[in-house]
Amino acid sequence: MPRDRLAAIAGIYEFPRRIAGGLSALQIKALSAARALEDAGLGWQDVDALYDAGETGAGLTLTQYLGLHPRILDTTGVGGASFEFHAGHAARALAAGRARVALLTYGSTARSDARAIGTGGGRAPTAPATGMEVPFGLTLVGSYALVARRHMHQYGTRPEQLAEIAVTTRAHAMRNPEAVQGLHDIGIREVREITIDDVISARLIADPLRLYDCCIISDGGGAVVIVAPELARDLRQPPVWIVGAAEAVGYTENDNDITTTAARDCGPRAFAEAGVRPDEIDVAMIYDSFTITVLTILEDLGFCAKGEGGPFVEGGRLRFDRGRPALNTDGGGLSSNHPGMRGIFLLIEATRQLRGQSCSQVPGARLAIAHGNGGQLGTRHAAGTVVLAAGGT
Amino acid sequence: MSDEQRPLPPLTDPDTRAFWKATRAGRLIYQVCQRCGRLVFHPRLHCPYCGGLELETKESAGAGTVYSYTVIRQHGHPFFGARLPYVVALIDVDEGFRMLSEVVAPPEAVRVGQRVRLDWEDLGQVKIPVFRALD
Ligand SMILES: [Zn+2]
Repeated sequence: MPRDRLAAIAGIYEFPRRIAGGLSALQIKALSAARALEDAGLGWQDVDALYDAGETGAGLTLTQYLGLHPRILDTTGVGGASFEFHAGHAARALAAGRARVALLTYGSTARSDARAIGTGGGRAPTAPATGMEVPFGLTLVGSYALVARRHMHQYGTRPEQLAEIAVTTRAHAMRNPEAVQGLHDIGIREVREITIDDVISARLIADPLRLYDCCIISDGGGAVVIVAPELARDLRQPPVWIVGAAEAVGYTENDNDITTTAARDCGPRAFAEAGVRPDEIDVAMIYDSFTITVLTILEDLGFCAKGEGGPFVEGGRLRFDRGRPALNTDGGGLSSNHPGMRGIFLLIEATRQLRGQSCSQVPGARLAIAHGNGGQLGTRHAAGTVVLAAGGT
Repeated sequence: MSDEQRPLPPLTDPDTRAFWKATRAGRLIYQVCQRCGRLVFHPRLHCPYCGGLELETKESAGAGTVYSYTVIRQHGHPFFGARLPYVVALIDVDEGFRMLSEVVAPPEAVRVGQRVRLDWEDLGQVKIPVFRALD
């Protein structure tokens, strides 16, 4: 059972629509902040620590826009994992008494802007390492495909096994009315559960990854309010405790194994701090940019041995109504929403589960993890693990 | 029709401009740290393993092995869109460094562990190092 309660998630809000309908990313952030503070029973000016991944500009943009004067401003921006980094940083700052109410927000109009996140290319390189890659036309999907191909080579992993992850997240999405509406709104022709056969017969995007191995692209956003331990008990919602957090990075080196992610580094540290084991986790919210992302991270977090992710996920075992852990019970990036950086939704759905408020509720869920992955798995990525425990735990 | 040419790497970047300049003479270069002896790629001012600032430039013989690969079948850029499908791979070059490149071969002929050999695509200002399958 968990040891230390660093801080508590006290308020959450997920922007419900997958097409923003004229709202800006900043407006989505502000609206979500207001609703999450309301959820917590806190006021706007109670916020004294602000965390921002920078998707709407440098941290000053958001601070002034919201009209806040935080004593902590943290603009860590490491792609989709930013929000797990933020939650960890906030938990430590609040546990140390440096602030009392932390606000994390996210807003994106990626779908409305018609941003081709996974297959676009053409963006000017910003670093020497990315400059070296420019002439070769590797897409973001392709970067993850390099990992999938190597994983198949090294461990005999099969496309049918990766497909299990897409099938499970779609089944969860179909139980989530906002996800179902979203799939309609972004133009998915047949909004229904999918089969392994659907996944392995869909068109290839970057071998061996096919259409359903890849996340959808939507608008979206949300907010999370994290409070110091002494505030947590008197608020509107039962507290969800942050009991462990750690972060790490990984990138291409001359002799590294790209099938092992930075989760191998930060996962064990987060579990050790929390004093819990992977097999005690009821709900695993794992960044599902692609099916291979989830498979490698399940292994690296210790839910199964390295290389055994394929057999581990077989037979629908990650569904909310089977054994633990249940995977991405909101429908995930594969089938609910992916506006570019979905790490905040991992924290939000994990909190719903530990409050007993999920559309695919795991009965009696007490422990959850949120594991974010940002960047491109095959070339450079950031990983953040947050371990969460239900109020009475 | 400049959009339909292969995108150029940044040719003035202080870390990597020597690499791209060497390609004009058909030379694939890498560095060896004089303090810790490890290979450095991509080229840099410093050694990322020990912080050493003395790096010796060496030339690869251009033989390597496919560490992993993918077949790109969708791309928004006009050049790559017209080139689909094509193979992008991580190549373990025999001297001991790993680089991203293209394997110029039919997608179904490429596999992990395949031996490949350096070839050049001449774009005038710069040559692009690509690899061809040997078996
Ligand atoms: Zn060195």
